[in-house]
Amino acid sequence: MSIGLEHYLILSAILFSIGLYGALAKRNAIVILMSIEIMLNAVNIAMVAFSRYIVPLLLTGQVFVIFIIVVAAAEAAVGLAIIIAIYRSRETIDATKIDLMKW
Amino acid sequence: MGLEIAFWILAVIGIGAALAVVLLRDIFRAALCLVLSFLTIAGIYITLSADFLAAVQVLIYVGAIGILIILAIMLTRDVQRGSLSNKLRIPAFVIAILFLGAVVFAMINTPWQLAGVAPLEPTTPALAGKLFGEKGFILPVEIAAVLLLAAILGAIVLVREK
Repeated sequence: MSIGLEHYLILSAILFSIGLYGALAKRNAIVILMSIEIMLNAVNIAMVAFSRYIVPLLLTGQVFVIFIIVVAAAEAAVGLAIIIAIYRSRETIDATKIDLMKW
Repeated sequence: MGLEIAFWILAVIGIGAALAVVLLRDIFRAALCLVLSFLTIAGIYITLSADFLAAVQVLIYVGAIGILIILAIMLTRDVQRGSLSNKLRIPAFVIAILFLGAVVFAMINTPWQLAGVAPLEPTTPALAGKLFGEKGFILPVEIAAVLLLAAILGAIVLVREK
């Protein structure tokens, strides 16, 4: 059985679900950020697969992936800086204990 | 035939590494598994004949973001407590499974309009034309540069000692 678009899409869906579970269920803020990176990568796989199988000569999906990678890099830098700043002031990065603005 | 074998190996290793990121107690090992997962995704890009993106994935995700995450783990000393789950563990699991089921159902039942043309190879000149050429994405490229500059400045301001 040859590999088609559906294989890549299902791989992307599985990775996205793993990242979703991690982002919802973890306490450590860095692990939450790592799960978000997994979700972004899953979306990138879907984008490249669409680009490869539906518009192979236009490469639009790959251009989108480049911009997603740019935004993800910026997000990782700012997110980790925020986590380190929170750790400096509160001595913890447990997401359940960072509840200063919780109602 | 080689493509199929490569896809299955990369997919199994990638999903296993991603599961290890979520399930391992040791945060440092989870970060290393994340790097492994990024590497297998670079391999997946190669099987999709996206050579430039595979190189970018290795450079930015494996190189930059992997090191950034490991550095952040070293700067915060919650490592000893391990990667714990919060109270929402079971609802989160149920939601993830339901989401997976819905998305896979939708993906399998959609009649995709496959082109059936061999992919463009190598992709780098075509991507450069798309990004910088006539009627390309030159405005988003400029905005991305400004965004990166703002992110770097923001990160420096946030972590600077008062």
